Amino acid sequence: MTAALLEIDHLSKRFPLRRSTLDALRGRPRPMLQAVHDVSLSIARGEAVGIVGESGCGKSTLARCLVRLHEPDSGRIAYNGADVLALAGDQRRAFNRSVQMVFQDPYGSLHPRQTVDRILAEPLAIHGVPDAETRIERALDEVGLGTGFRFRYPHQLSGGQRQRIAIARALILEPQILLLDEPTSALDASVQAEVLNLLDALRCRRGLTFVMVSHDLAVVTHLCERLMVMQRGQTVEFLSAPDLAAHRVTNAYTLSLMHASSGFKRAAEPGHLEPLS
Amino acid sequence: MMPLLAVRDLTVTFAAAAAAAAGPVRVVDGISLDVMPGEVVGLVGESGSGKSVTLRALLRLLHAAHIGGRVLWKGRDVLAMPDHELREMRGKGMAAVFQEPTAALNPVLPIGLQIEESLSAHTTLNAAARRRRAIELLGEVGITDASRRLGAYPHELSGGQRQRAMIAIALAAGPEILLADEPTTALDVTIQDQILALLLRLVADRGMGLLLVTHDLGVVAETCDRMVVLYAGRVAEAGSVADVFHQPRHAYTDALLRSMPGEGTARTRLAPIPGQPPSLGRPPDACAFVPRCGYTNPLCTEHRPPLIEVEPGRASACTAWNRLPARVPS
Ligand SMILES: Nc1ncnc2c1ncn2[C@@H]1O[C@H](COP(=O)(O)OP(=O)(O)OP(=O)(O)O)[C@@H](O)[C@H]1O
Ligand SMILES: Nc1ncnc2c1ncn2[C@@H]1O[C@H](COP(=O)(O)OP(=O)(O)OP(=O)(O)O)[C@@H](O)[C@H]1O
Ligand code: SF4
Ligand SMILES: [Mg+2]
Ligand SMILES: [Mg+2]
Repeated sequence: MTAALLEIDHLSKRFPLRRSTLDALRGRPRPMLQAVHDVSLSIARGEAVGIVGESGCGKSTLARCLVRLHEPDSGRIAYNGADVLALAGDQRRAFNRSVQMVFQDPYGSLHPRQTVDRILAEPLAIHGVPDAETRIERALDEVGLGTGFRFRYPHQLSGGQRQRIAIARALILEPQILLLDEPTSALDASVQAEVLNLLDALRCRRGLTFVMVSHDLAVVTHLCERLMVMQRGQTVEFLSAPDLAAHRVTNAYTLSLMHASSGFKRAAEPGHLEPLS
Repeated sequence: MMPLLAVRDLTVTFAAAAAAAAGPVRVVDGISLDVMPGEVVGLVGESGSGKSVTLRALLRLLHAAHIGGRVLWKGRDVLAMPDHELREMRGKGMAAVFQEPTAALNPVLPIGLQIEESLSAHTTLNAAARRRRAIELLGEVGITDASRRLGAYPHELSGGQRQRAMIAIALAAGPEILLADEPTTALDVTIQDQILALLLRLVADRGMGLLLVTHDLGVVAETCDRMVVLYAGRVAEAGSVADVFHQPRHAYTDALLRSMPGEGTARTRLAPIPGQPPSLGRPPDACAFVPRCGYTNPLCTEHRPPLIEVEPGRASACTAWNRLPARVPS
């Protein structure tokens, strides 16, 4: 077996829930929410792994633990054999550069008072990368936004344009691993196709490794050859893309996800209309 | 029957968007559409085509923009409404679910309180009933364990939970018309179905009008009665969903329908529409799709093709409207 590039080992993360004032006065303990529970996943260099599962099952929490935005309560993460949770100084900086994340919520992840140009220039400056000008132009081009967008602020962009800026920012440092949290959810079919083709090309060209969170099975199977299905914080199934295509699925949730993906059916035609109350 | 919402020649113009831009940009350029009671109208179009700006303009929620044309809500002119009427209309008359919940939710208020605020503004329920209703609404949008999540702040929710909390807030007002901007993008299919079914129930039972912005053509096919396709701030074509899907009447729609990813087609190249949408600075007097279109002919550049009724209930602004292939239902 080849050594994994990223190794997640029995990772768990809990969040405290709010108590009512009454419970607090009675001294009841804070209820906890187990967002990620004992998840293990090993990812080889150049591999693309998809994470799917219902809303709230812990996908983003897991991804955020990987880039150390959350401290896990227990478990280990190893990158190239090194303990990620113990990285400091230069090693931590190198890790931060090699592992980039595209957040689920582009609006919250782009600084509202920075122009697109600043947003893209900043990571380059932090890591001392030369040729900022060329890189910024190329990054904008790659995500289908011309240089005309360079001096806009995030609020002057459409939702899909913001999402593509977030992707451009992650790509501009030429990372080893890209964590993508619903990277194309705000994109229409054509732009989504463009972005997925770009990601695929980068993978062939640079051997980029992907972890992609998405609720869209079609998107995940397009890019990834292996998927992990999560439910209530836990891993319930590992699948290969061919398994999925051949409907070789055992877990009940995965099955329902697969069936539901084949289309929402409009119920009976609306009958008579009641006046608005 | 009078439309709940009638939009006529809506235009939205921003002052120069960036220091580098030459002048004002018109991002919505003459959009017209109707939403009848109990009708679901889909608004689709490429990223940046003007869908979200249109929705915000309908509620007069745009700053630093000039809005032209007419917006009639139950026959009343929204663009000319005095502020107090506007406040009354927003929420109960016309509510909106915005594309990015993080930007729309109040970050320092628990979601339970945000729902209750909407209830106290638009209903006569007392405090206890409001709390019950808030729990019920969160349950309806599929947030399990609703009573324990009332106290959660937006940042303590997952992306999909935030989106659903926002839907609950909009529905709390009991709107006559709901403008929903990509309301299910953060949701997996099972919950997406639940939300769409909930909205369609309100449409069927209460005659709510629904203007649904989505880039998910599957959702349009399954939920909408009619659809309006935008390209570069203008209506490219409009018609019943079945008609548009089976026989597009605009070359852009034709290309859009071809770029849908299919299931189980792992790692094959998808077919995006080549080229990029035009910059909106100074639109040429021609069809905006010309540089990307496979059906271009001399008529396309003579002047901008107007939106005309090409068949009953079917409008198109494409000179090749009668030369496009019919699509085989898959
Ligand atoms: N900071 C926090 N405090 C408390 N609870 C949290 C926090 N962040 C997340 N949670 C909870 O943890 C669970 C997992 O959230 P997470 O964001 O990982 O879900 P997800 O799988 O990404 O869902 P979605 O598909 O909706 O984005 C959810 O129930 C969420 O409400
Ligand atoms: N405040 C603003 N100033 C200048 N231009 C703007 C402003 N807001 C939006 N735009 C531009 O207007 C166009 C339409 O934006 P809009 O948000 O309506 O797109 P959209 O159709 O909703 O796209 P998406 O599917 O990506 O959300 C975009 O090109 C955008 O860059
Ligand atoms: S009007 Fe001409 S250029 Fe425009 S979409 Fe139709 S065929 Fe293409
Ligand atoms: Mg998430
Ligand atoms: Mg939008």
